[in-house]
Amino acid sequence: MKTFAMGGVHPEENKISTTAAIEQFPLPKSAAILMTQHLGAPATPCVEKGDKVKVGQLIGKAETFMCANIHSPFSGTVAKIDTCKDAFGLTKPAIYINVEGDEWDESIDRTPDIKRECTLEPKEIVDKLKAMGIVGLGGATFPTHIKYSIAPDKKAEYLIINAVECEPYLTSDHRAMMEHAEEICIGVSILRKALGVPNAYIGIENNKPEPIAVMTKTAKEFEGIIVEPLKVKYPQGAEKQLINAITGRRVPSGKLPIDVGCVVSNVGTAFAVYEAIQKNKPLIENILTVTGKKLPSQHNYQVRVGTTYNDLIAHAINELPATTGKVISGGPMMGKAISNLDGPTTKGASSVLVIDEGEAERAKESNCIRCGKCMNACPMGLEPYLFSSLVKNRRIEEAGAANILDCIECGCCFFSCPANKPLLDEIRLGKNLYRGILMAKKK
Amino acid sequence: MKLLNVSGSPHVHSDESTKKIMWRVNLALVPSLIVAVAFFGLNALLISIISVGCCILFQWLIEKFVMKVPSTICDGSAIVTGLLLAFNVPATQEMIWLVAIGALVAIGIGKMSFGGLGKNPFNPALVGRVFMLISFPVQMTTWPKTGSWFPMSIDTVTGATPLGLIKEQLSTGRSLTDIMSDPTLGLPSLCDIFLGHMGGSLGEVSAIAILIGAIYLLCKKIISWHIPVAFIGTAFVFSGILWLCNPDQFIDPLTTILTGGIMLGACFMATDMVTSPMAKSGQLIFGVGCGLLTIIIRNWGNYPEGVSFAILLMNSVTPLINRWCKPKRFAN
Repeated sequence: MKTFAMGGVHPEENKISTTAAIEQFPLPKSAAILMTQHLGAPATPCVEKGDKVKVGQLIGKAETFMCANIHSPFSGTVAKIDTCKDAFGLTKPAIYINVEGDEWDESIDRTPDIKRECTLEPKEIVDKLKAMGIVGLGGATFPTHIKYSIAPDKKAEYLIINAVECEPYLTSDHRAMMEHAEEICIGVSILRKALGVPNAYIGIENNKPEPIAVMTKTAKEFEGIIVEPLKVKYPQGAEKQLINAITGRRVPSGKLPIDVGCVVSNVGTAFAVYEAIQKNKPLIENILTVTGKKLPSQHNYQVRVGTTYNDLIAHAINELPATTGKVISGGPMMGKAISNLDGPTTKGASSVLVIDEGEAERAKESNCIRCGKCMNACPMGLEPYLFSSLVKNRRIEEAGAANILDCIECGCCFFSCPANKPLLDEIRLGKNLYRGILMAKKK
Repeated sequence: MKLLNVSGSPHVHSDESTKKIMWRVNLALVPSLIVAVAFFGLNALLISIISVGCCILFQWLIEKFVMKVPSTICDGSAIVTGLLLAFNVPATQEMIWLVAIGALVAIGIGKMSFGGLGKNPFNPALVGRVFMLISFPVQMTTWPKTGSWFPMSIDTVTGATPLGLIKEQLSTGRSLTDIMSDPTLGLPSLCDIFLGHMGGSLGEVSAIAILIGAIYLLCKKIISWHIPVAFIGTAFVFSGILWLCNPDQFIDPLTTILTGGIMLGACFMATDMVTSPMAKSGQLIFGVGCGLLTIIIRNWGNYPEGVSFAILLMNSVTPLINRWCKPKRFAN
């Protein structure tokens, strides 16, 4: 069975919310919609205080290249246009909406019928993705229309759909595949058409036999969709590792997937693409897992963007358990710890993971015993132990020469270190310092 | 606004720990310890207990009164050093107390003077052993003869190791074929050698017990095959070439790798994480270097045995090997 070439670890899977069907999350009373929910510059608000908005109405316009449109997930009145502290404590521009009813824009098709035919030309598809504010839902929230606008000197040969969900705990992709297999396959066909590639490969890890079965069965009804079961190994969902696992190709240092003829999108993105192209529904909702070993119940929700994390927790489990150590947005390996539960969810959010005190606590650090586990676990073939000591001694240029920027921050090194060294903390610091040096040199 | 605790990812950790690794190494040394007690009796047990006890005690004293840092004796590494040191001395009556001096050198100079576990450039047990070999050459080369199983006491001055015996006889001008066929010397048969029924240091005699421990460590991924295979393979091939050139002068390759400390050294001491290279390619170079040096010292050096010196010499070039041998990058 296929997998990527080197390194990797196998954390405890803990997929405890796989059987929880997707529930529609209730509307909040008010919400803050961030203007940066994507990689790149913030969108420019195009409504004013006091304006009435409908669900799906454009409220933030992409005016620069690296940007994505933002649509209102709610109907109601614009209360103010101000800044908002997001879940991670960063201040960002936002539009506050007082939610009134649930009135959708007329152009959006809300019928449950599934529409298979897509008559749009590739260029029209990409334009529509841009209009609908679709971004990658795998974590990086890269604007999808930019990814699918292939430069004339590059050629796409493979479309790879990332349904690996290699992070422990997360089940939103799992549930989406179980409940929306046909829509996902239509979305994949549309993306395949946009790129003009013969085949799309859907990579799914072998610990998800049910989604593999459902997707394989559904994919048979479509032309050029191949479901590829993969050996369970973290970080298979990392772009470079997934490309390597499926095609055997390796994205060179500092290059993009398209340089080896690949385009990778998340399975959640494929679903969003289906809704955007076939149903005219902008990206205003996503599927979110609320999970944790100590929680009384596990949930998968379809949530409107802008719902606060507090709302999610209050509805799902009333309140956080007293022994909560950390609350994570995303998986336990690469997710970000949330500091401010009043912050709103964004397009790219995939889960709320509650980790108990015991598990959240970092064990005491001891001397490096040079066991080399970090090196063997590194999927990029780097030397985390070396970066750690170089960065500690501020020998940043040497760390740069040892390819510190190749690090994908998957956390395998820190995860496997028997001395509990916070390797990735030091590597992140080193990467930022090295980027600073490079920028200073450019000037 | 109530803020929650945050930290960088990853938010979970594997169940690996230094402590676990060290205790697994200790467990892997148990078969050899059992064989040692079976062949050398109470002496072997007492030497091991004194050695381990002294290593723990010295580490605790140094950390408490000299370095003034929290004690790390619970990580089990002092026990590994203690056991390996005991395995490297003859099981004689004098050793029961002499080994304490070895333990002081191993822990005090070999390990703690550099800053403790992980910072030492040389294998501490070997530092202790070589110190004793140079300081107490007579006691360190007086071997008890093994006869019955589980002997309660052993005559102190008796047989020599097969390697020492052969070296001594060779220096009198006899040819090797002559020596090997001389029944009065009492050289062990290949079967005895494999089981460990021969003169030698406490823990190095039984290849089979060492292999059991090594296989356990391989399964637990604490060691990789690279160093032991490169070490033993090189010693086998190099001594094989010499033997083919002149069987009257050089010992055959199978006896070479099964006698002396090659097995113990290759499986437990050359593979010490702290003092061996990290990349697989570096580990192969390290193993080959150990193998070559061992055979060179055995055949042309003053000592009949060269494993400790070979490993210590290769320890000293480990930082260079680490600098030179990088892991294969995912993408270049």
